[in-house]
Amino acid sequence: MEFQDGVSPVTDSGDDILVPMDDVREHLVVVGNGMAGCRAVEELLARDAGRYRVTIFGAEPHVNYNRIMLSPVLAGEKTFDDIVINDRAWYADNDIELIVADPVTAIDRAAKSVTANSGRTVHYDKLLIATGSDPFIIPVPGKDLPGVISFRDMQDVDTMLAAAEAGKTAGGGSAVVIGGGLLGLEAAHGLTLRGMKVTVIHLMDTLMERQLDEAAGWLLKSALEARGQTILTGANTAEIFGQGKVEGVRLKDGREIPASLVVMAVGIRPSTALAREAGLAVNRGIQVDDHMVTSDVDVLAVGECVEHDGNVYGLVAPLWDMCRSLADGLTDRHTGYKGSVTSTKLKVAGLDVFSAGDFSGGEGCEDIVLRDASRGVYKRVVVKDDRVIGAVLYGDTADGGWYFDLLKKDEDVADIRDLLIFGQSFASGGGVMDPKAAVAALSDDAEICGCNGVSKGQVVACIEKGACSLDAVRAGCKASASCGSCTGLVENILALTLGDDVQSGPKTMCKCTSFGHDDVRREIVAQDMRSIPEVMQKLHWSTPDGCSSCRPALNYYLLCALPGVYVDDQQSRFVNERMHANIQKDGTYSVVPRMWGGLTNPRELRAIADVVEKYDAPMVKVTGGQRLDIFGIKKEDLPAVWADLNAAGMVSGHAYGKSLRTVKTCVGSEWCRFGTQDSTGLGVKTERMTWGSWMPHKFKIAVSGCPRNCAEATIKDFGIVCVDSGYELHVGGNGGIHVRVTDFLCKVSTEQEALDYCAAFTQLYREEARYLERTAPWIERVGVDYVKARIADDDAGREALRARFLYSQSFSQDDPWAQRAAGAETELHQHLQPISIAAE
Amino acid sequence: MTDWIDIGTLADIPQRGARTVHIGGEKEIAVFRTGDDHVFALINECPHKKGPLSQGIVHGHNVACPLHNWNIALKTGEAQGEDKGCTPTIAVKQEDGRILIARPVSMKDAA
Ligand SMILES: Cc1cc2nc3c(=O)[nH]c(=O)nc-3n(C[C@H](O)[C@H](O)[C@H](O)COP(=O)(O)OP(=O)(O)OC[C@H]3O[C@@H](n4cnc5c(N)ncnc54)[C@H](O)[C@@H]3O)c2cc1C
Ligand code: SF4
Ligand code: FES
Repeated sequence: MEFQDGVSPVTDSGDDILVPMDDVREHLVVVGNGMAGCRAVEELLARDAGRYRVTIFGAEPHVNYNRIMLSPVLAGEKTFDDIVINDRAWYADNDIELIVADPVTAIDRAAKSVTANSGRTVHYDKLLIATGSDPFIIPVPGKDLPGVISFRDMQDVDTMLAAAEAGKTAGGGSAVVIGGGLLGLEAAHGLTLRGMKVTVIHLMDTLMERQLDEAAGWLLKSALEARGQTILTGANTAEIFGQGKVEGVRLKDGREIPASLVVMAVGIRPSTALAREAGLAVNRGIQVDDHMVTSDVDVLAVGECVEHDGNVYGLVAPLWDMCRSLADGLTDRHTGYKGSVTSTKLKVAGLDVFSAGDFSGGEGCEDIVLRDASRGVYKRVVVKDDRVIGAVLYGDTADGGWYFDLLKKDEDVADIRDLLIFGQSFASGGGVMDPKAAVAALSDDAEICGCNGVSKGQVVACIEKGACSLDAVRAGCKASASCGSCTGLVENILALTLGDDVQSGPKTMCKCTSFGHDDVRREIVAQDMRSIPEVMQKLHWSTPDGCSSCRPALNYYLLCALPGVYVDDQQSRFVNERMHANIQKDGTYSVVPRMWGGLTNPRELRAIADVVEKYDAPMVKVTGGQRLDIFGIKKEDLPAVWADLNAAGMVSGHAYGKSLRTVKTCVGSEWCRFGTQDSTGLGVKTERMTWGSWMPHKFKIAVSGCPRNCAEATIKDFGIVCVDSGYELHVGGNGGIHVRVTDFLCKVSTEQEALDYCAAFTQLYREEARYLERTAPWIERVGVDYVKARIADDDAGREALRARFLYSQSFSQDDPWAQRAAGAETELHQHLQPISIAAE
Repeated sequence: MTDWIDIGTLADIPQRGARTVHIGGEKEIAVFRTGDDHVFALINECPHKKGPLSQGIVHGHNVACPLHNWNIALKTGEAQGEDKGCTPTIAVKQEDGRILIARPVSMKDAA
């Protein structure tokens, strides 16, 4: 059928509709010819076709179409004709008067009539408001420029298609979509398919943050980027600019993105103006009871414009429920609407995303997480009191419907709990099977480890040859040694084959993973992983965002592996490193400025004294590392304290971090009668080279001028003892609970060598120790001979380590205090807006 | 009826982080934002030795106290695992991107 739509309204006179004299039926007037309004009429017709005379007003120039299919129309998969729900014949057949392109502008409840834009006034007996939603337009400068649109109706789609067409002749147009929710991503997808270069700007850090958790959001973002879209998360729009028409978008951080089209898809608001002006009860939406009746018994409302029991909905499924109760009410049946639970599926071709219910966890909730990196799958089911209460699925959404069903039916899943995450066919197929029995039932040639192509038979053979731990199996036949998704299977085979003789392997990093620290470090490098969510996905973390043990470790490992590339995650750092000061027992902080090699001068001392007075610091203490520690500074005052110290030329002493702390020195040859070399000068050089570096744990250096060792260099992580003929280098010393004297590494003859060996040793420790492992236990674990072999005996290796250290230092020798004092992240030091409570 | 106080927007709080707020002379309140953008509010004192919970590492719907690493459930304020103790919670809700917290009871009485 060739559908000529929008050319002429069905009723095109501006006159009042004349009621046929012989029609004595009650008159139902519907405002809104959209999904809910028309569906309500359909439901009504199905129950009692003859009961009401029906008139429908629509603001758009179209018959009723399927709004959710606008995305396929934009993407070119469907035409407008394909998405029409009710064509004109339907209106005619059912004796419905349709008035299009004429929005209703007022409701007169006393006179029981509505007036439209054209001036036409119609009397009603029952009025149904189904005005849907208004897109939310963020109030930035330029929002009214031509070329800035929302994604709501057919007209918006036409504008987008025209922009894409214009772009083609102009050599490829570019579009910015503001809002990385369902709608925004659909718009972005359609525009990409239409050949536009698309940038999505999303305020939050996670795409579709209301439907997806961070892990699934990260997968989605990676997939969209792979399709050529640019996704900017954590990006705040400052302004839309252009002369006479849109030319681009400027972000709060100053970035500018050129665009000939800007689609705002940041949210919708129930369209309630009409109802509000008519004096109906309106909260967030038009308030309705269980039969969709508003505060006026003769006025009903349905769809996105309503609020029922405190909820407003932005999806169609609840509308259908509402329309049924509404039609029941209008035909004297009394079922009543009870609210809806909703689920979301992203329709964007090829990307499978599903979410339903409450997946935010919380008290008494258990997260069951399955990550299968090789297939790009992430599944998370949230169970509470043996009931499914939420689910997020990415990559494999086949079981979405099943989880949603379990959720809606509130079914007890205690019996299938262990297998729930594997999906319906696994969990309910052939009764409930315990995972060990399931593994036992596998044939010998069933593949266990997809990454390394290892069969069950090979794993069993490996175990029978003597591998009696997960690690031994990983070493023996490679099963579970790569992505780890088959770890559970291998463990079950171990248990089956050995009974109780299974040895537990080395400690895993934390309860979130089955991998140990070394495995994680190795895989980060081997698979070139670049973010915490990526590591968690690829290594199958069993929690959505880790814990306070693994997050700081992962943050460090990434930082160490990818200097200059990895963006530090502040929220994965312990408070001291986040606040660049030491938290003390009363919640205040202590501040330690760096004093290079333990030297200071009047200017620095004065600055410290001034700070102590100005901020009322109750105590100043000389530390064991030859620094001055200023105690009792409030979180709010930190930036100002740093600014004052910076002004005197002092930078952060990193006394708070898993980092290079101090280089302790003695006075050496310059003053001391025993001194053989300039230990103070070498200390300063060493500190200049190493400051600012992040470490697995705190790290201290000392330089003594002769074997009397006044700087106590033999209980430091790296110690230099100057002797007549050169420099003795010592490693792995430790004050602490278990005092450990250093091991002798080697002797070198020049200052430069001492510095080079120091850099190389530091880097070896940075790259190979486990997070929170100091040099002492590390060296005891790997053996001092290993360290000697890497540093003293391998010239090329030492040189490479040194070069990597210095490269990494080129990014990390930024004073964190200066950045904060200059205003970076000031809000972390401030309370949220001060609130004054007016007396009541 | 609860009095709801508008304290700012979700974007004011770092994801997996917290900000603090003072409401009329009451104890400091820590307002947390989790990885999945849920918001919780607790009195900013650990039940152990009053550590400022706002400075802890937020993971899942828990926070690890910055002083001795007790794990506190954000929703209930309850210490997790072997540790026993509870921090008072404050009702909080999100509406149209704004964060609203319930005015603490004692203050209402005083007002
Ligand atoms: C592009 C897009 C994709 C979507 N995808 C999905 C999806 O995949 N799944 C899902 O569940 N939901 C989806 N939705 C949401 C879904 O379309 C809505 O939930 C649904 O359309 C709401 O129905 P409604 O009748 O309340 O509002 P609408 O369908 O918007 O209908 C309201 C109608 O009222 C008209 N109107 C407003 N004021 C007046 C007035 N004063 N006088 C006369 N007429 C007026 C409007 O012009 C409009 O035609 C999508 C929405 C869009 C825009
Ligand atoms: S270590 Fe030797 S050089 Fe240094 S202060 Fe002591 S005695 Fe003097
Ligand atoms: S004060 Fe919180 S753990 Fe000790």
